Amino acid sequence: MEDSIRQAGDQMTEEDIPGTEEGPRRGLSQGIEVGAAADPIGGIDPWSGEKVFELEDVTVSYGGVPAVKGVSMGIQRNEITALIGPSGCGKSTLLRCLNRMNDLIPSASVDGSILYHGQDLYGPRVDPVQVRKMIGMVFQKPNPFPKSIYDNIAFGPRVLGLDDVEERVETALRGAALWDEVKDRLDDNAYGMSGGQQQRLCIARTMAVDPEVILMDEPCSALDPISTGKIEDLMLELKEQFSIVIVTHNMQQAARVSDKTAFLIVRLDATENNRWGELV
Amino acid sequence: MADPTETERVRLATAGARAVTLESLSSQPRGDLFKGALFYALLILALAVALAGLAAIIIQAAVKGAPAIGPDLFTNGPSTLNPSEAGFRPALIGTLYLILGVIVLVVPLGIGAAIYLEEYGDRSRWWNRLIELNVQNLAGVPSIIYGILGLAFIVRGPLDLGFILVAGSLTLALLVLPTVILAAREAIRAVPPSIREGSLALGATQWQTIRRQVLPAAVPGVITGVILAISRAIGETAPLLLVGAATFVTFNPTFLGDNGYSALPVLIFNYAQRPQDEFRVLAAAGVIVMLVVLLAMNSFAVWLRNRYEQQW
Repeated sequence: MEDSIRQAGDQMTEEDIPGTEEGPRRGLSQGIEVGAAADPIGGIDPWSGEKVFELEDVTVSYGGVPAVKGVSMGIQRNEITALIGPSGCGKSTLLRCLNRMNDLIPSASVDGSILYHGQDLYGPRVDPVQVRKMIGMVFQKPNPFPKSIYDNIAFGPRVLGLDDVEERVETALRGAALWDEVKDRLDDNAYGMSGGQQQRLCIARTMAVDPEVILMDEPCSALDPISTGKIEDLMLELKEQFSIVIVTHNMQQAARVSDKTAFLIVRLDATENNRWGELV
Repeated sequence: MADPTETERVRLATAGARAVTLESLSSQPRGDLFKGALFYALLILALAVALAGLAAIIIQAAVKGAPAIGPDLFTNGPSTLNPSEAGFRPALIGTLYLILGVIVLVVPLGIGAAIYLEEYGDRSRWWNRLIELNVQNLAGVPSIIYGILGLAFIVRGPLDLGFILVAGSLTLALLVLPTVILAAREAIRAVPPSIREGSLALGATQWQTIRRQVLPAAVPGVITGVILAISRAIGETAPLLLVGAATFVTFNPTFLGDNGYSALPVLIFNYAQRPQDEFRVLAAAGVIVMLVVLLAMNSFAVWLRNRYEQQW
């Protein structure tokens, strides 16, 4: 099962899509500011690495009203890319497009192209379930399942039919720096954990299915500063393994953890009184 | 009060301020106080009326049925010759079989319909809204209409099952299905969307999410719905009379046997119709038997629900 996922992933990168060559580049150069936490390579072209996502003129609408308009940007492998901006500028909306979680909202529609390793995520043959296997997500509010700690992590590997569930649970919990805190109470209900622990549990849960990208939607907004610090440290460790896209309200957080930062602003349409997000 | 900086003036001012605060906190207009008390009294009255009705039934049945209460009620069959030893065994077994049939039919159908309406049905399509409206209306349709439906379509007509116990179960199942669907929908809707999102974001399919996250979390609510359904089905008499429940059966019924079946409310009805006092006593005792069965079933369901109770 695991192999078949890997193969599917490989196929996706091999299949070439016309228009990839020159399309996104233009958008990138004008679209992105390099974040305050400077490029780790230093001095080398910050865009030399492999791109995981390439967004080209992405517009997301809810029931015909645009929430995000004309965003073009790239997201690189093994880096932390932060999306920041004021409330209502569509950061979360944009993030949720990256693993097709917006499919769950019937009125949402996505225009423009989102390429994942050169493959159109919204192509006709793409199955959103397969997309979400490779692109995991951590939500704003910790949302553990109403089950034991062990079952929370084991759920993903089980439904995906992966083997060595027990080993994966331990690896994921260690990876999320949670193992020492919970190894003696794996059978306890996850709701008995603190908010910060729950959020790290959700990160571990995502890691257990070996995604390539982890999307985080304001993962620390419901947490205290100490828990936030733990999760930020965790993110810096995780970027060795995963590419991370994080939405945050917190500029300092973006500066602390991100390699690149995209800043979205709110534009008002005077005639229709609509508001939408735009990348600057 | 031993503060050396405290002068006489400060103390007076503080005391004054305290008095004003106390005054503003304690003064409630007399009218508001009265309205509050009146409202409270009305609430207690409403509760008392409901409880008094229930108590009246139980006490009346217990007093009138007292002479007949004993193990005979559960072990003996009905008898017109010897009412002092008559019991409810065939009717009791008939009711238990009927309810068993109802549960077997209504749980998968009700949950299935609820899953469709909550998880798959797109409410922007008119036919889904029509289905929803109809389910709600069906929950209020008088039971005799279901009896006629059962007679026309299940006993005769397309299914042509004849007057067998399963026909009774099917009819009762149709009768309580809307209740179960509505309760199961509520239970499914009460599962927070964040649970679904978390599951889907891991790459689980919609079915895996429903089967392994939503349904387990909805079990307590679904069981509550089934309790309500059983409580209603167990007391129904009219539709059963139409689909062949005989009022007087002296042998144990079977699911498919075509020589008649009975049910507790039907037999109670039969006894209550008779002029002799002995049968009145039996009817009252039958009410007690039915309450015992109902309470036993409900307690089991409540126990089951508490076992699965979860929090989020």
